[in-house]
Amino acid sequence: MTATTARPSLTAKASNYLDERTSMSTLVATLGRKVFPDHWSFMLGEIILYSFVAILLSGTFLTFFFEPSMTEVFYDGSYAPLKGLAMSAAYASALDISFDIRGGLLMRQLHHWSALLFIAAIGLHMLRVFFTGAFRKPREINWVVGFILFILALAEGFTGYSLPDDLLSGNGLAIINGMVKGIPIVGTWISYLLFGGVFPGDDIVPRLFVLHIMLLPALVIAFIGIHLVLMVINKHTQFAGPGKTNDNVVGAPIMPLFAAKAGSFFFIVFGALVAIASTFTILPLWEYGPYDPSPVSAGTQPDWYIGFADGALRLMPGWESEILGWTVSWNILIPIAVLGLFIVLAMVYPFIEQWITGDKREHHIAERPRNNPTRTAIGAAGVWFYAIMWAAASSDLIATHFRLNVFHVTYALQAMLIVGTVIVYWLTKRIAIGLQKKDREILLHGYESGRIVRRPGGEFVEVHQPLDEYEAWKLKAYESYAPVMVRPNAKGKITPATHLRAALTRWFFEDRVSPVTPRELEVAKQHDDH
Amino acid sequence: MIGLVVAGGASVAVGSVASAEPSSAPYAQQLTAEDGELLFRANCASCHGLQAQGTENGPSLIGVGAASVDFQVMTGRMPMAFQGPQAEKRDPQFTQEQTDAMSAYIAALAPGPGVPDDEWLDASQVDDEGIARGGALFRINCAMCHNVAGAGGALTEGKWAPALRDIEPVHVYEAMLTGPQNMPVFNDANISPEEKREIIAYLAYLDENPSVGGFDLGSLGPVSEGLFIWIFGLGGIVAVSVWLTSRPN
Ligand code: HEC
Ligand code: HEC
Repeated sequence: MTATTARPSLTAKASNYLDERTSMSTLVATLGRKVFPDHWSFMLGEIILYSFVAILLSGTFLTFFFEPSMTEVFYDGSYAPLKGLAMSAAYASALDISFDIRGGLLMRQLHHWSALLFIAAIGLHMLRVFFTGAFRKPREINWVVGFILFILALAEGFTGYSLPDDLLSGNGLAIINGMVKGIPIVGTWISYLLFGGVFPGDDIVPRLFVLHIMLLPALVIAFIGIHLVLMVINKHTQFAGPGKTNDNVVGAPIMPLFAAKAGSFFFIVFGALVAIASTFTILPLWEYGPYDPSPVSAGTQPDWYIGFADGALRLMPGWESEILGWTVSWNILIPIAVLGLFIVLAMVYPFIEQWITGDKREHHIAERPRNNPTRTAIGAAGVWFYAIMWAAASSDLIATHFRLNVFHVTYALQAMLIVGTVIVYWLTKRIAIGLQKKDREILLHGYESGRIVRRPGGEFVEVHQPLDEYEAWKLKAYESYAPVMVRPNAKGKITPATHLRAALTRWFFEDRVSPVTPRELEVAKQHDDH
Repeated sequence: MIGLVVAGGASVAVGSVASAEPSSAPYAQQLTAEDGELLFRANCASCHGLQAQGTENGPSLIGVGAASVDFQVMTGRMPMAFQGPQAEKRDPQFTQEQTDAMSAYIAALAPGPGVPDDEWLDASQVDDEGIARGGALFRINCAMCHNVAGAGGALTEGKWAPALRDIEPVHVYEAMLTGPQNMPVFNDANISPEEKREIIAYLAYLDENPSVGGFDLGSLGPVSEGLFIWIFGLGGIVAVSVWLTSRPN
């Protein structure tokens, strides 16, 4: 078909019209050639994006009907067990959404489930990036951007959790109120400011609402934009393999293959969420009843992503002391400090690692976790630390379900938090090094085939089967580090920082398995050929 | 009568009251407080003493009233199966008749709260507003131990507040009246009989209208929701993406 004979189609005309006015084709062509590697872990980001779309759509629906106000009303909707009770307009409208507005309950559940999935997928995505070292230069900034997104997502989640003004969300705010008041001297004032008077006040729901639907979503969208632009600029990392090097990206280009795949993946994620939302209830807020500062329910928990903070409070022994007439609540201050430190360290980790290792090269190959035992061990210990705090948020349920004493559960978790983290660090490092040694063996001498042969001399040997090229590539792609030496700086001085850094690199790289050199491989080959 | 006592006596051995073959008892006529005393001696005295005065294995039952005995025995908590942080619930080991007889015996020792009248147990006499009040009372008085949805919760030292699903109205009433074990007593001054009935009606409402929004994942709140989304939500979707990317282009 030649262009001269065929009349331009409508689409062609429309695209031409657009292109002449926006010059979009260059952009589409460039973006269209962006390549996505074929590995499932690279699709986590998409799950995040698609569940965010589900959140935006269902959330928009909810804003049509939700009334962000703490004015007292008497419920007159169709849920019998709450009829005639005094409650805030916010809670009443959340009940109306659930019972009296068509599709409202589905939308509410879709919104909440999508939020849980959104943050869960963010968590897994961050773990993938961390454990494959994909945050290394040139992607450090994008790690920080992503981390800010994570914090924003937590904030979105928490503000959303607090909006319906049911007993559960009120309990959550009561804890926040307690934490704020635990700050010495200014705590009480900040609490007054936040709640517009004595807790719970009349202002918190409208305030959180503005954050929840305006400021935070705008920030999330802006940061997602930055995150994606940086991703396009930096390109994806990829696992090493034949033809996959530090200088290229192998995979499917966005147009047309990846777009088609991603499009259908969007519907899979969205469909799964709707299926969950229509079959499983989430936050049955009619059971919780309106917020009232006096009742507290057994099993009051925050949503999972805030669990670690709740758990930290539960694990902290109830220390308090009085200094010059002021009560200092260590039981609140210490957890806040520990969590704050944990979060900041995780956020700036790429820079810490870079400083310690002195590695300023660009990296585009995703590292296999075993090939960087110290980082993997730090990560595993961090995951453990987080997971134990998370588990602690459900210490009461652990106790009832396994028929244990809730105090014993708490003591056990405290021990696991402190001792366990160290053990996990050590164990992970050993395991990673062990796996590296195994890889080295396999690369040099091949797999144990399980076939025993007898040599003419009577000696028994097991035949080792050499690796094929494809497999070997994966194992060979491994760079080694050596501890940075203590060197005088430009002024010829050795600063304490240099010493510290040398000590830290030793910690990082002292125990290591050096990669197989080509020479070694050669020798091993000849050996096998006999 | 002798047979009954013997059957009971043989099973005093703590933990196994071979249900005293209740149904096989040929005595269709009303059992009396004396029968109750015999049953008590055979099955309960080892822990509560021959005069129900209490021993080191069990508290005195003087003045606990018929309501307490009815609750403890008909929910299967008594005779206690084994010493633990809290008496476990089992299938009741006695018939209602036998229990009534023991209740009558205990009530005769000293006055105490009696078994409630049917009037206070009839949820159908409570209208929607009453159910709503019952819900509010439940959240204020009971939810801190039993959870708002009545799903139960942990207490200190390995004790727990049980889930309140499908409990007989009479046992709900008696539980409030007698405060079994770690549960406080809610006497009529605290919560009037009308209000108790409203609470019963609210619990009945929860039983009849299980979960509006779909499966409730055990009504355990955000913990079960979080586990669900990680394991089935994210797990399922990741499984799909593994499958998607495993296709050759
Ligand atoms: C193995 C010992 C044991 C046996 C047998 C036993 N009880 Fe108990 N009972 C206890 C203990 C211990 C308690 C108090 C602890 C608790 O409430 O969990 C108790 C509590 C009670 C109470 C509640 C008292 C109150 O303060 O309200 C009643 C009523 C009761 N028992 C009745 C009975 C009856 C009736 C029987 C016989 C059918 C019986 N028990 C058999 C150990 C026993
Ligand atoms: C301090 C905690 C606490 C409070 C408050 C409390 N309960 Fe209980 N409740 C318990 C415990 C503990 C048990 C278990 C007692 C046992 O096993 O003997 C229990 C048992 C019960 C039972 C018996 C359940 C069964 O499985 O047989 C009912 C019914 C009940 N409670 C109702 C209520 C109601 C209604 C209220 C509010 C008016 C209430 N409870 C308040 C702790 C509490």
